[in-house]
Amino acid sequence: MSPAEIKAAILDILENIAPDEDLSGLVDDVPLREQLELDSMDFLDIVMELRKRYRVQVPEDDYVELATVNSTVNYLAPLMKDLQKA
Amino acid sequence: MSAYDTIIIGAGVSGLAAGIRLAYYEKRVCILERHTMIGGLNSFYRLGGRNYDVGLHAVTNYAPKGTHKGPLARLLRQLRFHWEDFALRPQIGSAIAFPGVCLRFNNQFELFRSEVHRGFPAEKDHFENLAAAVVGYDDAYAGAAGQSARSVVGRWIKDPLLVDMIFCPLLFYGGAREHDMDFGQFSIMFRSIFMEGLARPWAGVRQILKNLARRFKQLGGELRLRAGVRRMEVDRGRVTRIILDDGTYVEGDRVLSSAGLVETMRLCEETPTRVPAAGQLSFIESVSILDAEPRDLGCDRTIVFFNDSDKFRWQKPEQLVDVRSGVICCPNNFQYDQPLDEGVVRVTALANYDGWKSLSRDEYLAAKQTWYDRMIAQAVRFVADFRPRVIARDTFTPTTIKHYTGHENGAVYGSPDKRKSGTTHLSNLFICGTDQGLVGIIGAMLSGIVMANRHLLGTRADEAGEVAAAGVVEV
Repeated sequence: MSPAEIKAAILDILENIAPDEDLSGLVDDVPLREQLELDSMDFLDIVMELRKRYRVQVPEDDYVELATVNSTVNYLAPLMKDLQKA
Repeated sequence: MSAYDTIIIGAGVSGLAAGIRLAYYEKRVCILERHTMIGGLNSFYRLGGRNYDVGLHAVTNYAPKGTHKGPLARLLRQLRFHWEDFALRPQIGSAIAFPGVCLRFNNQFELFRSEVHRGFPAEKDHFENLAAAVVGYDDAYAGAAGQSARSVVGRWIKDPLLVDMIFCPLLFYGGAREHDMDFGQFSIMFRSIFMEGLARPWAGVRQILKNLARRFKQLGGELRLRAGVRRMEVDRGRVTRIILDDGTYVEGDRVLSSAGLVETMRLCEETPTRVPAAGQLSFIESVSILDAEPRDLGCDRTIVFFNDSDKFRWQKPEQLVDVRSGVICCPNNFQYDQPLDEGVVRVTALANYDGWKSLSRDEYLAAKQTWYDRMIAQAVRFVADFRPRVIARDTFTPTTIKHYTGHENGAVYGSPDKRKSGTTHLSNLFICGTDQGLVGIIGAMLSGIVMANRHLLGTRADEAGEVAAAGVVEV
């Protein structure tokens, strides 16, 4: 998957977790915690959605990499580059 | 390999919420429910062509659409629901009515605050200190969990009347122990009732239950009604097999029980050396159907918590019912887009399970009649007299509650001993719901979610559970 596809995948997960949220104004380099007020249970869900959808494992030590959309894409790019778009 | 990754006992809101989490993450999950209806403590039924709700007077922990923080927002995200799926409509306004004093409150804390300031001017600063402690509970007072709320609150509030008035709604909506509760629970409930507030779907609890059941089934979960659990076979510290009332059995790798802590332990072939105490506090509730809008009769409050004695007593009554205090709920008095079809007034009071249990069939029916009349006579001292407009009614008692919830003694809020961890003496058996320590319908759903996250979502859930556990302290 390309970085653009990975970003789309992340937005799809966020939309799934917070279905009432308007994500069109999301800023890619501002922490999700601030913009969407996500808490630890939500970050856990992002990790679990990645596992469920793409079989990607994110170790707990790496959760900090999921802070923003950009950091998440950068972190996932090497892990997901060989995957086909779902 | 077992047929299921997890078997859930009980299709109440906690079991259904746990089931949704597990099914969503592709676990093979089956919910076993003894009755033909889902909901357990919070359910509904039809009688004489009408819908009646049991349990739920109001959903606490209300938050308007768009709220990011708090228990309701967290719950919706965890279950992937839209805010409108629960269609919560806020209350109009409630009151706590004690001899000579009435404190009104609604979903804006400012009203309750100003009412306390007005009614108890000497306690103004003390009340502010209490409110600050309750808001900051997670950080500064986490160590106060397990402490008596009466002793902690008593450090700030000096007037025993105000203490009783604050405790009254909290105990009626979640007090499993006589006289007192844990300060952690007090803080959570104070916020859920006075700061977040009360709401109800127009269609009542069925709105929530039907959404939960539909989602669970859509995700591939299996819901088995009329599948009561008779006992659990145990081998080497694990549940190996669940025997149903009809003699058949089900096998699963793990079991999550919402049947109650004591009740779950009694189902096990091997019980632990120390079984916790069953709860003692049960209710009688009457539902009166009116041929008028309660507001048009002058019943304009959503909920009135009343007490007519010098001291508010939260204990098992000596008589069949203690009518000195109670709760009057008008489900009509929420901010709906359209009125309910009929007027409804529900009146709830503490009742003695053993007393009701010992009655013969004829005595039981007569007692229901007698105590309905006494409860309503008491209620109309605090709200307008709606009796001439009653066209139908139903009353349920502690034995009804025992029948539908399975809780020993018909104890609505379960055992006074809560099990926050959700673990038991068996390594693959966990509990959720009332006895895990979160109360209210939102609390119960969160209990199911957190226990599923912590114990049942597989290998990574173990570490994930720590994250989730840290999160839930904020609830």
